[in-house]
Amino acid sequence: MWLDYLSVIFILTNFVLLASSRLGFCIKAVTIQGVVLAIIPLVHEGDHLGVASLVLCAVTLAVKGYAFPKLLNGAISRARIRREVEPLVGYSTSILLGLAMLVFGFWLQSRLPLGGNDGLLLPASFFAILAGFFVTIGRRKALTQILGYLALENGIFAFGAAALPEHPWMLELGVLLDVFVAVLVMGVAVFRISEEFEHIDVDRLRSLRDPVGEG
Amino acid sequence: MSQTILSIVMFILTLALCPLLPGIVNRVKARCAGRTGQPLLQKYYDLGKLVRKDVVYSTTATWIFRACPVAVLGGALAAALTPFGRGGALVSFQGDFLIWAGALTLARLFMILAALDAGSAFTGMGASREAWFAVLAEPAIFLAMAALAVISHQFSMTGFFLALTPETTSRHFMALLFAALALFVVSLAENARIPVDDPTTHLELTMIHEAMILDHSGPDLAIIEYGAALKLWVMASLAVGAAVPVDIGSWWLDAGCFLVGLFVFAVLLGIVESVMARLKLNRVPQFLVGAAVLAAISVILVARSA
Amino acid sequence: MTVVLLLAIPLAGALLALALPASADRYRRPLVPAVALVHFALVVRLWTGRADSLPELESWLAADSLGLLFLTLTSGLFLPTSFYVIGDMLRYAEKRAAAGVSERIYVVGLLAFLFSMTAVCLSTDLGLLWVAVEATTLATAPLIYFRKSPGALEATWKYLLVCSVGIALALLGTFILAAAAGADGAMTLNIRGLAAIAENLDPNLLRAGFIFLLVGYGAKMGLAPMHTWLPDAHSESPSPVSALLSGTLLNGAFLAILRAVDIMTAAGQGEFANELLRLFGLFSMALAGAFILGQKDFKRLLAYSSVEHMGILAFAVGLGGSGIYAALLHAVNHTFAKGCLFLTAGNIMFRYHSKSTLTVRGVRRGMPMNGALWLAGFLAICGLPPFGIFLTEISILIRSFAGGRYVEGGLYLLFLAVVFIGMLGVFLGMLRGEAPALPDGERAESPLMALPGLAAIAIVLVLGFGVPDFLGVRLTDAAAILDAIPTATQGVLP
Repeated sequence: MWLDYLSVIFILTNFVLLASSRLGFCIKAVTIQGVVLAIIPLVHEGDHLGVASLVLCAVTLAVKGYAFPKLLNGAISRARIRREVEPLVGYSTSILLGLAMLVFGFWLQSRLPLGGNDGLLLPASFFAILAGFFVTIGRRKALTQILGYLALENGIFAFGAAALPEHPWMLELGVLLDVFVAVLVMGVAVFRISEEFEHIDVDRLRSLRDPVGEG
Repeated sequence: MSQTILSIVMFILTLALCPLLPGIVNRVKARCAGRTGQPLLQKYYDLGKLVRKDVVYSTTATWIFRACPVAVLGGALAAALTPFGRGGALVSFQGDFLIWAGALTLARLFMILAALDAGSAFTGMGASREAWFAVLAEPAIFLAMAALAVISHQFSMTGFFLALTPETTSRHFMALLFAALALFVVSLAENARIPVDDPTTHLELTMIHEAMILDHSGPDLAIIEYGAALKLWVMASLAVGAAVPVDIGSWWLDAGCFLVGLFVFAVLLGIVESVMARLKLNRVPQFLVGAAVLAAISVILVARSA
Repeated sequence: MTVVLLLAIPLAGALLALALPASADRYRRPLVPAVALVHFALVVRLWTGRADSLPELESWLAADSLGLLFLTLTSGLFLPTSFYVIGDMLRYAEKRAAAGVSERIYVVGLLAFLFSMTAVCLSTDLGLLWVAVEATTLATAPLIYFRKSPGALEATWKYLLVCSVGIALALLGTFILAAAAGADGAMTLNIRGLAAIAENLDPNLLRAGFIFLLVGYGAKMGLAPMHTWLPDAHSESPSPVSALLSGTLLNGAFLAILRAVDIMTAAGQGEFANELLRLFGLFSMALAGAFILGQKDFKRLLAYSSVEHMGILAFAVGLGGSGIYAALLHAVNHTFAKGCLFLTAGNIMFRYHSKSTLTVRGVRRGMPMNGALWLAGFLAICGLPPFGIFLTEISILIRSFAGGRYVEGGLYLLFLAVVFIGMLGVFLGMLRGEAPALPDGERAESPLMALPGLAAIAIVLVLGFGVPDFLGVRLTDAAAILDAIPTATQGVLP
């Protein structure tokens, strides 16, 4: 039951990510996703809670709940970015696409032969993966691309939590470490981009291209 | 007491109490802004004052303009169909929610036509926006209704709410919450509240509802204002019915709880109006699509566990 | 123990390089070849088979034939490149000092890259493999950005994003495989463990997992249409880094895909995997051909050539049977041929200060040593005799026809021809003509800087005359891992 409530929060944060025009809201949405992810193993395992799960929960909280928002907000203020998202695909369209993704997630769940998975977490995770992918492609700012990447990553983690019988916690710690460094490096890159070009619009980053097709 | 008499009592209560809701909203807003605010019964005084005034018609106006106030009372028909908590509605039959929505739409249609008929640029602008947002609000209403229909396996509005036993409620808690949330958002848009429209503004360029009724006066205006209050009550009843399915057993206690629910709804509305700013017009559709998505999630949740 | 040392030494080197103060470039530089030498020696020790195994580590790290082969490619290309790097740093030192840029991040990045690549090759666990592949992305990102130009920044951003998102999909694939195993009652991500139970796993989950792994690691490997980062990153990074990216990083992703193929083959789903591989392979070749024609930046040209060769690798593996053997040998050839070309390209860029195929003229006369290497590299990469790629490309073609895949074989041949024509014009144009005069006191080329490229191309040349026994045995062994029915047929290979 609690797992379903957490999954619904997860679903709603995806919609926020798709619909919000404020970078700050988007960062909050992804942070909430991270916190939900950290809590899920606690709910999932209930009584027989291992030390490994507790450690994983603490690390996830620290990285996704604290370090990422701090890093991203820091990047916003240092790079003096306009705090709007600047979508290539409109907000309403994004929301409706999000609904389609969610429905697709439910459909996928009914098709995948994963035993005993009738909860909401699995479709929520598919939704996050698709939404993350969409935000990475459909938004103009480098920072929103990072957010999309994080949502994608969160979705994959949620999938792991839903579909794997036990936590491969060594792997998850390793993945967390990698993602943490990746976001760190991307944050630095965003800062450099804003310094170098005085914008972080990715669709204006197109000096490198091939002669073919330019006519 | 027989069920029919109770339903008639409820209907009369609805008609009598509905101007109270705008009063509560305004009072809450005033309190949030640090003012004392108008009396709770202000809407009754306004209506009384308007009724005593004369009507002025624009020279370009035709019979449509004059017929508008009558059609607006279609809202009263809708009210008769709206269940008052668990008490059931005065009239109830299979598919009555379609008539319910139809009655409200009919009222809206005449408002829009009358606004165009008046020939003023501002009323026309208000009418076009009203039509635009109404279209976007419709899916959310019907999706929320669909969720309620699937939960209750009923096809009338009274059936929706009677089926909400504690057992179904706890099973569909999430779905009901989303449906109520969607209905709340829609009632913001349908009743010209912030963040969709600002009922207090008098800058014609930004108004929707107020701009539409600029040319009405006297008793006509009173009827329209009363119709708007009735509509607010009706929409609120739905949202509260989905969110607060109280079943104590005694009819009077249930009705009391429902009334309290409605007043809480009005307070919430006041708080929302106080903390939010009006959205840019081009962001409103997104807001309504969001409401539709909430309702759609509700349907999905219900369909899965059904 | 050797396995642990292979990881520990590059890591220790990276940490040491990080700890040295920013101004101590003189002492930091020699770390690269020193670590490379020790690393190579340890790899040789693994080849001799005298390395003791650590059973408790084997579920995570071990050197099977396939991993050892790719580890050797990594170490074998890193060694000559590490010497080239020293020269490259020295010749750009003044410029760098003027800009106030320390070499620290470069050295740390190179050693961290060696560490993570070693981990990729030695991983016997899909999860660890994922972590290691993502680590290679992170280690190389600062290297690509090293020149700090706007172009380099743009390339770095694309690289980070495309590869990170791609690899995230591979993680999803990994989780799906784990879920499949979990549904069967076993919680393992060990590659051998998964292969052992593969037959019992749900085929749909396996297929879904494989698709995600292929697309994810394929992005990193540079398979079209996920290759978009590759030409930018290769053209904007310093030449030795380009050589390492093309020669080893792409191989690492290829190895990851091979691991997935291994599991699919064991599950009896080999043909599904092979069809996808052939499709992606041919598409990559076609796309590379299209972009090579009319290319005006010779480093981008080489990058697209890498896309083409990655396509060939995927296609060859997709053919199965002796195609796998040919693919592995092709990977060896491509690693060293492309390494030589990028290192030589670095020398040419230093002399001409340009990457444009239109301004660079007269390399043969102006830079005789590099001109010869450039020509040899061209012949090698286009698959002309007497270089090794000729043999592997021919045997892939034969395998394709022998398997009755005439259309695919014909397309393969067509794309090879297109690439050849595109490259021929560019290379001939650059080699011929008169070189512009040099300012006084500047040397056109240094023999020391040509040596690493020479060493690399020599290997490809030797492989053109025959595969030495020790390598042949290892290749057959590695191919047997991937092939359901071990075959000793080696096509026309002597």
